[in-house]
Amino acid sequence: MQGNRVIGEAAIRAGCRFYAGYPITPQNELTEYMAEHMRRVKGGVFIQAESELAAINMVLGASAAGARAMTSSSSPGISLKQEGISSLAADELPAVIVNIMRGGPGLGNILPSQGDYFQATRGGGHGDYRTIVLAPASVQELADLTMDAFDLADRYRNPVLLLADGMMGQMMEPVEFRTPSPRQYREEYILRGKGTGKSRFIRALILDAIRMEEHNWKLYRKYQVIAEEEVRFETFWTDDAEILIVAYGTAARIAKGAIKRSREMGIAVGLIRPITLWPFPGEVIRRFAEEVGSFLVFEMNTGQMLEDVKLALEGRARVDFYGRPGGVIPTPAELAKVIAYQVKR
Amino acid sequence: MLVKSIFAGFGGQGVLMMGYVFAHAAMNEGCYVTYLPSYGVEVRGGTANCTVCISDEEIASPIASEPDYLVVMNKPSLFTYQNRVSAGGAIFLNSSIIDNLPSRPDVRVHEIPAGAVAESLGDLRVQNLVMLGAFVRRTDVLSPEAVLKGLRQIMGERKKNVIEINRRAFAAGYELK
Repeated sequence: MQGNRVIGEAAIRAGCRFYAGYPITPQNELTEYMAEHMRRVKGGVFIQAESELAAINMVLGASAAGARAMTSSSSPGISLKQEGISSLAADELPAVIVNIMRGGPGLGNILPSQGDYFQATRGGGHGDYRTIVLAPASVQELADLTMDAFDLADRYRNPVLLLADGMMGQMMEPVEFRTPSPRQYREEYILRGKGTGKSRFIRALILDAIRMEEHNWKLYRKYQVIAEEEVRFETFWTDDAEILIVAYGTAARIAKGAIKRSREMGIAVGLIRPITLWPFPGEVIRRFAEEVGSFLVFEMNTGQMLEDVKLALEGRARVDFYGRPGGVIPTPAELAKVIAYQVKR
Repeated sequence: MLVKSIFAGFGGQGVLMMGYVFAHAAMNEGCYVTYLPSYGVEVRGGTANCTVCISDEEIASPIASEPDYLVVMNKPSLFTYQNRVSAGGAIFLNSSIIDNLPSRPDVRVHEIPAGAVAESLGDLRVQNLVMLGAFVRRTDVLSPEAVLKGLRQIMGERKKNVIEINRRAFAAGYELK
């Protein structure tokens, strides 16, 4: 099944009942899939919104009313959604936002890129907030992490970003959908009409400085818990490695191919693949620096996660970078050459 | 084992379907497989291509910078991709409309009259399955049974006679000398 369509199917199976989107390549098949399949389920709503901004605010409304809600776009469209994502974070509303990244900045092109790492991991919109960011590296993981995204969003009442690139969205691979766990969430925030109960309200406008500060620290404490509990990563061939690549998503796949080639030439190289980009597995990387003196960050951009790796290492090891931005997809052979060069130095 | 193939031609010649059926066949045989269609600012009647990678272990990149096999249904695709085929690989060309031969001495060339065979079966539209039949026979990577199963999976909901003409086209390609 194609990556984009897999996200749609996984979302519906996970209980997503509201989807609003606006077309943009290379994620169109996801919007198309939701248009076709949302009507399959009871209470399912699909809306092609008039803009990205409208779509994210519809998601905010649906989430406030208690629905599992999702929107998707590609890089320029995700920029347009930032105001709404900031509001979702401020309001502590769960939502899943899918970004199938393409080359940028600006309208850029429609080819796979990882140029939105900063935007995704630093909140993206204005204000003091974080989003959980999941970075799948296969079509199977698109299915699994889409389901996880909804659970994480509910658990922390926070927007969750599924950050993949055009290659993940367009590629087909075999996939198996697991049975999703039942939805667990607290009812008390949901707006369903007052009835006879106590009134509830959700708002992000807090004019009093002390109360705003309280809200900021409350959010901060939540983010601390997420950073403690939710870090995910994969290691590959790290046991005897003398050099470690750090890469995520499509770049991590390519890195695995390069590592196999390098190993055949006798180079002891391994991979750390962050699956959560926020929270970032910095602690894990720091621990590896006790054994390994050389790290190579590999991204399809000009060096963004590079900064997080350097922050994690705090100068404990040498950090080099190799990147191809703009929609160029590097080959395993190309990266293997870079690794060989690193080792010689 | 890692086999990478590029299927290319005009939009409408069924090149994406050809790769899609082949990818399904690989899945049916329990292989790791990736299928990557070209997507982009393509226009109707323009070129279309897809890349299928098959392996017995995880596939690093779904892109083929040096494919083992190239299947071309039209002349522009031959010119675009022939230099990328890895040395010792093979090019399958639709000899019904391609009158040039590849300039590569280090690859095997299979001239398959896919268009003509399809027309003799009464439907030019099945030229892709004729080509696929010849491709599967000569590459010997996947069994014809797995391919036919893939065809049924993909066309499952359509009319029986559509599957039948496609099956006949595949058989005709497979039997080509």
